[in-house]
Amino acid sequence: MNNRIILDNELLHLTLERLCRQLIEDYGDFSDTAIIGVQPRGVLLSDRIVEKLRIILKTPILYGRLDTTFYRDDFRSSGKQLKARETDIEFTIEGKKIILIDDVLFTGRTIRAALDALLDYGRASEVKLMALVNRRFNRELPIQPDFIGLTVDTQAGEVVSVDWGKDKNASCVIILKEKP
Amino acid sequence: MSHLSTKHLIGIKDLTKDDIELVLQTAKTFKEVINRPIKKVPTLRDTTVANLFFENSTRTRTSFELAAKRLSADTINFTYSSSSVKKGETLLDTVNNILAMKVDLVVMRHPSPGAHSFLSKNIKANIINAGDGTHEHPTQALLDAFSMQEKVGDLKGKNILIIGDIMFSRVARSDIFCLKKLGANVKLCGPPTLIPNYIEELGVTVEYDIQKALEWCDIANVLRIQLERQSIKLFPSLREYSLYYGVNKKRLDKIKRPIIIMHPGPINRGVELTSDVADSEHSIILEQVENGVAVRMACMYLLAGKS
Repeated sequence: MNNRIILDNELLHLTLERLCRQLIEDYGDFSDTAIIGVQPRGVLLSDRIVEKLRIILKTPILYGRLDTTFYRDDFRSSGKQLKARETDIEFTIEGKKIILIDDVLFTGRTIRAALDALLDYGRASEVKLMALVNRRFNRELPIQPDFIGLTVDTQAGEVVSVDWGKDKNASCVIILKEKP
Repeated sequence: MSHLSTKHLIGIKDLTKDDIELVLQTAKTFKEVINRPIKKVPTLRDTTVANLFFENSTRTRTSFELAAKRLSADTINFTYSSSSVKKGETLLDTVNNILAMKVDLVVMRHPSPGAHSFLSKNIKANIINAGDGTHEHPTQALLDAFSMQEKVGDLKGKNILIIGDIMFSRVARSDIFCLKKLGANVKLCGPPTLIPNYIEELGVTVEYDIQKALEWCDIANVLRIQLERQSIKLFPSLREYSLYYGVNKKRLDKIKRPIIIMHPGPINRGVELTSDVADSEHSIILEQVENGVAVRMACMYLLAGKS
């Protein structure tokens, strides 16, 4: 296995910083806006983004976590059953601008499920997508991210994994050459 | 663990501790779903569930039907009294005819213990036992455990009392298996004629004095007296039963700390449980009913993925 690190710890923190600034540019003080992290791995990213935004803006930001398990289209075909995670959206999303956050965008099927799940909480006025890593090839649905940390060209057999590490200074993004 | 170790849910006896914990954890996510403004997810939209009830039921059948509908499954309901079973059709023929219409999941209640076990060896669909005679009622035990956990957290080391008709109660049997697997201490209380011999073999203790038993427990699960299953009289009168084994406010007031009161329903008010206790703040009987839908959704979800 020759794994490749495409974003080391230092670059990753710079990227997160840039993504936050981009959000502030577009959403200002985040009134009428909510951030929603996609369970399970998107939440690890959205937790960090929201934490940074709250420090920079010093205002409360509406933040929820969304589980897509029950909305997936590969319920029977994926071979292994997914474990359902917690959904906690304790506000109404009716009429709000939503920023959906996931760590890696690949086939687009998780985001398709997330959009369906989101509909059950009301009609958002708009939904935009943030992905830390945008895998350009092998998309199976017409879904594109609006805020991108890094775009990479990978093959279907490869795995892109974000390792958030045990402490704050040990995170990185890795491409695994083979499926583990 | 994200898989059940079994293809059917026939009894808690066949489940592992991991299976039980997986169901309870999945039920938690479904409880969140059924409390949303839109209480429905599209997960099982390609699944058809047959509810076959060869015995009367209000709660369980409605609960299973709602659970299926909230998972977007199609449901068909079958009741014994209006079916061809009356014309002499066998159980296997009835079920096979229904399965021929492409049914994926069978939920069945049957008066004969072992009916589900027999079916599971002869049909392909997943089976959920909604009660088989005096044998088991696994989803009730799971929803009981779920409701208990919501109130007291981890059940390990907790004292749980089951009061009443243990002899004829499938709920008691399933509860005992489930609670023991989760590490709880289980005590039974009731008239000696309604406590089966050698029940201690299941790892439970027996106490005939209800006051002592209530003082010992954190949670009391009160069972219904199942007169319809008694072929001979096992106690003199309902009044006498109520005097010696009924749970009432007077008995509970003597205990300094509050204990949680549960009942699987239907309640015979004034017999095993008085109204002032059944409707008190310590009673979680209606929460059990709400949790029943979430737990049954979890069971269907986990089994449907295994076909």
